[in-house]
Amino acid sequence: MEIKVIRKVLDVNNAMAEQNRKMFAEKEVFVLNVMSSPGSGKTTTLEKTLSYIIPEIKSAVIAGDICTTNDANRLAKTGVSVVQINTDEFGGDCHLAAHVVEKAAGNLDLDAIDLLIVENVGNLVCPAEFDIGEDAKIVVLSVTEGEDKPVKYPLMFRVCDAAILNKIDLLPYLDYNKKEVLNNIRQVHPGMPVFELSAKTGDGFTPWIDWLRQRIAQK
Amino acid sequence: MHEMGIAKQIIEIATSSIPDDLENIPVEKINLKIGQMSSVVPDSLRFCFEILSKDTPLAGAELNIEEIPVVVRCMECNIVWTINKPVFVCKKCKSGSIKIISGQELDVVSIEVADPDTT
Repeated sequence: MEIKVIRKVLDVNNAMAEQNRKMFAEKEVFVLNVMSSPGSGKTTTLEKTLSYIIPEIKSAVIAGDICTTNDANRLAKTGVSVVQINTDEFGGDCHLAAHVVEKAAGNLDLDAIDLLIVENVGNLVCPAEFDIGEDAKIVVLSVTEGEDKPVKYPLMFRVCDAAILNKIDLLPYLDYNKKEVLNNIRQVHPGMPVFELSAKTGDGFTPWIDWLRQRIAQK
Repeated sequence: MHEMGIAKQIIEIATSSIPDDLENIPVEKINLKIGQMSSVVPDSLRFCFEILSKDTPLAGAELNIEEIPVVVRCMECNIVWTINKPVFVCKKCKSGSIKIISGQELDVVSIEVADPDTT
């Protein structure tokens, strides 16, 4: 005997994400979900980004990792409030789910900030699938990774609003085909802005910071 | 990689879908629709489901997965086609304004329980 169900498996997460979105809208906080593979330079990119926008844009960070508080310690040095989530408490999850972000946001004074950056767990697969109630998603890719990452992980590049191509200071030392990676990104997500920069030297940060400021101002 | 969490959700949805008057009836099959753009690996999902469903009314149930191809529509010239590689550019007018119509599903469609008359 067949019993009709017709329910989305991610309904519970999606409903929680909508609640988060409502809460962030009430508090007038712009939420940026930052995703990447491990080692792309996400934390360094965020440290540098914060150095450009604070204290003018009041910011806080939720840092997601399976273990350790290393990222939170680094980001706290920029002077912003940081909440570390270790997903091993939640079963070692490979992504941040909406309820985890809600819990972490409870430890922040949302009235005191304009921007909440969520540094997701380093992984190009699972975080793409989970809405956390953010206003924009970005993916950080670095030139020490393969040029074919965008076509290997199309969902990630499809769901994001912008991409950062990091570590461009290393280009002279690598056999990296930048044209190929840009073509791959364009195939998966035509028209998506791609910011080529170096989080180490600060090269290329202006267009990225301008884009971020504009998105925050639009909310 | 997140198949364990997905399997847990499927078990919750399927368990809560068993009608009250049929409690403790074995579930034989769970019919799922999984889009090719969702990053779920069917074999991993089956493996996780098998482990998590032990000692539940779903133990031994088959996960019947219908894989849904990625179908897109060009918002400029309106043609609809199925893509088999991640190129989201219109094959006719080259526009990048593409809407995904299907292929992102992750749905529990129905459950099949043993016929009450025969149990």
